Amino acid sequence: MTSPAATPPSAERFHPLVELTKTRLREFFREPGLIFWVFGFPILMAIGLGLAFRSQPPERPVVALLAPEDSALGRALLSSKELNVVRAPEQDALRGLARTKYSLLIDLRQEQPAYRYDPMLRDARLARALVDDELQRAAGRKDPLSARDEQQSLPGTRYIDFLLPGLIGMNLMGSSVWGVGYNLVVARKRRLLRRLAVTAMRRSHYLLSYFFSRLVFLVLELSVLIAFGVLVFGTHVQGSMVLLIAAALLGAAAFAGLGLLVGARVESTEVAQGWMNFIQLPMWVLSGAYFTNERFPDWLQPFIQALPLTALVDALRGIYNEAATLGMLWTEFAILGAWAVGSFVLAGKLFRWQ
Amino acid sequence: MTLAIACRGLVKRFGQKVAVAGIDLEVHKGQCLGLLGPNGAGKTTTVEMLEGLHRPDEGHIELFGLRWGQGHDAKLRQRLGVQLQETTLADKLQVHEVLRLFRSFCERGRAIDEVLDMVGLRAERHARYQTLSGGQKQRVALATALVGDPELLFLDEPTTGLDPRARKALWSVVDIFRDAGGTVLLTTHYMEEAATLCDRIAIMDQGRLIAEGSPAELVDGLGQVQFVEFETTESVDLERLQQLDGVESAERRERQVSLRVGRDVRFVANVLSELGRQGVVPIGLSTHQATLDDVFLALTGHGLDGAASAAEGSAA
Repeated sequence: MTSPAATPPSAERFHPLVELTKTRLREFFREPGLIFWVFGFPILMAIGLGLAFRSQPPERPVVALLAPEDSALGRALLSSKELNVVRAPEQDALRGLARTKYSLLIDLRQEQPAYRYDPMLRDARLARALVDDELQRAAGRKDPLSARDEQQSLPGTRYIDFLLPGLIGMNLMGSSVWGVGYNLVVARKRRLLRRLAVTAMRRSHYLLSYFFSRLVFLVLELSVLIAFGVLVFGTHVQGSMVLLIAAALLGAAAFAGLGLLVGARVESTEVAQGWMNFIQLPMWVLSGAYFTNERFPDWLQPFIQALPLTALVDALRGIYNEAATLGMLWTEFAILGAWAVGSFVLAGKLFRWQ
Repeated sequence: MTLAIACRGLVKRFGQKVAVAGIDLEVHKGQCLGLLGPNGAGKTTTVEMLEGLHRPDEGHIELFGLRWGQGHDAKLRQRLGVQLQETTLADKLQVHEVLRLFRSFCERGRAIDEVLDMVGLRAERHARYQTLSGGQKQRVALATALVGDPELLFLDEPTTGLDPRARKALWSVVDIFRDAGGTVLLTTHYMEEAATLCDRIAIMDQGRLIAEGSPAELVDGLGQVQFVEFETTESVDLERLQQLDGVESAERRERQVSLRVGRDVRFVANVLSELGRQGVVPIGLSTHQATLDDVFLALTGHGLDGAASAAEGSAA
């Protein structure tokens, strides 16, 4: 800005990297459909799967009771927490038993109680044990042993705790691969890339703008999904938030690199879609975002573990649920870093502006 | 150095196809050169080589004495404004945002509002690019080329597909740029556009330059001729008309008779009296001076739309 020729006639001066990044963000936030796919879809997914696999209290066995009104044992059964006891006329009770509406029929009309049930049914045998237990205790049994119950339904061990880091990983993969790859191909198809190539724009700025816009999206996607987990399912990040963000950042960089690779040369959006599905499909299936990948055969495991989504989801899960530290996750971080560097370097060599 | 563009022996092949087959061009600073030719003549390839988008297979290019790929590219780009054919800029952006983006690439340049005034889009400042008409989009494209205050402007078919009013609006922007001393190289297949905007015209056909000069020089190159045209339903003896003093050629296409005649009123009188002798009554008789269209037809034997014309070989 020392020579007069370099002084702009106006005071306006914009930084190209800022303007390019703002362009990326504007293109995204002015496309309502995209907003749904990036933010709404994973949340719907989490709601759906979270509801389907929510931890339900076990159903109490339903049993029919035939007893005089003033039976003390009958009252004890009716107030049981373990059983759902229903008084019923004999005809109804028998019919209900035959149709498995009732697991068991208790007859307290005689002095000796009688249980009527089908011993081939597991429910019925369970009901018999519970009913008998209640009756013995009501009749004055003292238990010689008293055991302590340890119930496993703590945050961090439920299916939703397993699922949420997986969804975050899937989401970062989808939005990064698409956000970079698809947009590059559209820009090339519309000849916008060659238009930019004949300006004084530094080409590295253009590619960096994708990276910086991904950063902004990453923060948004991550906070939406984490907040959703906290509010709806009570999930919590047990480990370091900084480490979680670092893992997500590295994952997003790896996937942005893959997107860059797809967008390096392809000119048609259809072909680009094919490539993006080709890249993502093995990871959808193998990386264990929804279900554990440990059931795949051993010979496949080295390949599965080398996939960036596997590394990302494992790292996120470790931080989320087991408070894993960097020392425990360095292989995952190294795999993600290698994917990021490798794909960026290769894409840089392959990239065509026209 | 007064040359803005100098290139020698440019050749570009795409596979087997030779798109540009050896072209020399010189454009002085402050001039406007028009590359004129039908689709597929190699205009766009030539311009894109000059812009540094394609490397020529043979020949060399100098812009302001600098060549591409020798470490000056970034500096050179700062001095160029480019409008490419068929570019779609970011749909979702507002007009002023598009210009801010392109302005941000330039070290020096014009204020956004100044450029918007130049292209007459001040009112559309906040309109989204995708909502603009074709003519407005072309003006935004032109504005992105002008926002860096370039010395040399490349315009590739800037008015193709525009209605006459939008076309004239765009021409006036180019005039403003030229008045400020800017250099322009434009391609077009509109004769009128070339004649209005350009100091010099280079006519391209099948990858070669077949003529170059000012519009007047090119027209004069046809000889001192004018055209006499009329319609008739009767039979006309073209042989006798052609033998008349000053008549260079005569042809008939259905009812339309067209003669190339020397630039002298007496020659036209000769034609009229001969028609009288033949008992032919000419309907809608007109005479007009030669235009660039006639030049193109005479040089290539086909019209600018690329279709072979019935006039082929009729010029004596």
